[in-house]
Amino acid sequence: MKPAPFKYVAASSLDHALTLKAEHGDEARFLAGGQSLIPAMNFRLARPAVVIDINGLDELAGIAHGPTIRVGALTRYCALERDSEFLDSCPLFADALPHIAHPQIRNRGTIGGNLSHADPASELPALAVAMEAQMRLKSAGGERRLAASEFFEGSLTTGLAADEMLVEVEFPALPPRSGACFMEVSRRRGDFAIAGLATIVTLDAEGRCTKVRLALCGVGETPVDASEAAAPLVGHACADRPIEAAAAAIRAAIEPAGNVHASADYQRHLAGVLAQRAIRTAYQRAANAA
Amino acid sequence: MQPDRHEISVSVNGTAYRRNVESRMLLSDFLRHELLLAGTHVGCEQGVCGACTILLDGAPIRSCLMLAVQANGHELSTIEGLASDSGELSPVQKAMHEHHGLQCGYCTPGILMTMTAFLKQNPSPSEEEVREALSGNLCRCTGYQHIVDAMMAAAQAMRASAP
Ligand SMILES: Cc1cc2nc3c(=O)[nH]c(=O)nc-3n(C[C@H](O)[C@H](O)[C@H](O)COP(=O)(O)OP(=O)(O)OC[C@H]3O[C@@H](n4cnc5c(N)ncnc54)[C@H](O)[C@@H]3O)c2cc1C
Ligand code: FES
Ligand code: FES
Repeated sequence: MKPAPFKYVAASSLDHALTLKAEHGDEARFLAGGQSLIPAMNFRLARPAVVIDINGLDELAGIAHGPTIRVGALTRYCALERDSEFLDSCPLFADALPHIAHPQIRNRGTIGGNLSHADPASELPALAVAMEAQMRLKSAGGERRLAASEFFEGSLTTGLAADEMLVEVEFPALPPRSGACFMEVSRRRGDFAIAGLATIVTLDAEGRCTKVRLALCGVGETPVDASEAAAPLVGHACADRPIEAAAAAIRAAIEPAGNVHASADYQRHLAGVLAQRAIRTAYQRAANAA
Repeated sequence: MQPDRHEISVSVNGTAYRRNVESRMLLSDFLRHELLLAGTHVGCEQGVCGACTILLDGAPIRSCLMLAVQANGHELSTIEGLASDSGELSPVQKAMHEHHGLQCGYCTPGILMTMTAFLKQNPSPSEEEVREALSGNLCRCTGYQHIVDAMMAAAQAMRASAP
């Protein structure tokens, strides 16, 4: 058998899952969609002593709409893809979800598993940073919130303590006259991104940018918040000069490491190209939303 | 350490099974080695190739990325259940046969399970949608064109025979 031996427990309630995690700490792993954990166990890169299956915890799945959109950690990609109200209020997901793996994997994978796994090439951590999401973390001892920008600490490393679970992700609704766009380049459909970029542009009544959020995936140890580099857009309508200036600042702000598929220079180049395309699209969408 | 074992009941292609499984047994291995339903193929065991795709409560999933114990209480469908009891091929199987959608056949069970579920939900897909639906199933032999042709033909045949 591929995985090393472990003790399997199907959690009967959230409290049960959290009590087990408090008891076993780093020796235990939550099993959500299993689409990252099980491959790692098959390779014996992960050898948890205890696997706490949270798939039976219906209270962790689902989307609550409102001025803050609350998404339960166990909500699967396929449920996000099918919720048109969610895709309208969090339009970056409409762009990004089709890039995540394949339909079969999207039938199992969960938003909470994705963010907790914190793969730097994954799309969703960049979305969470661009959207200024808040993570709701729970342990047997209590509960706290962490901003997405603080949650991702390194490659596959988050601010989750050994006894904590990510239970919910909160996305603030976009301000009026906002447009969003996510784009990425990967070698094949469904592969992790060589570089990906999520942006949200908010306009005033004259079509000038009042706020820009921008985050990248695949070009650092964590999702990279490049909103400051994109700030030259503020005050400007959609025009070549400010967009090129923002793209240049973004290229300069990131420090990609390069990988087997792409050199650091190529990743930097892609970031600049994606920035220009995505920002233009976001401007257009914001204008259409007005 | 004593092996961690669990009693599970699953339904596969309408037949109920009860087995005692070790927690680390993958669902793909359970089907193949415990139930001797070896039509589900195993290629990569890391979710990439799609050969092990089966239906869990009607939705295609990777059986190599699920533990057998997680299937407790669920309904599974595998390639063995596609043809009728008398051996008549399903419309998707028939189209694959007629359009040369397979050569070595290694990828075929996963493709048939993926596309059977897809065509049920999308009776009139575009070729682009068929290609997108196939994106999670690797085939080393056919170059995909014949599979795409087969799926377009299967969709048409299924529409024509729908009541
Ligand atoms: C072939 C293939 C291609 C893929 N391509 C992509 C891609 O392009 N983009 C992408 O983003 N992903 C991709 N993935 C990964 C996929 O998106 C996973 O679903 C995701 O990374 C993990 O989510 P999960 O629900 O499956 O979590 P699991 O695999 O169950 O868990 C992942 C980790 O998070 C922990 N965990 C799970 N839930 C919680 C929680 N609520 N609180 C705290 N810890 C938790 C687990 O203990 C484990 O350590 C791919 C996977 C495969 C197999
Ligand atoms: S064996 Fe499961 S995807 Fe390859
Ligand atoms: S027919 Fe040989 S892998 Fe597809």
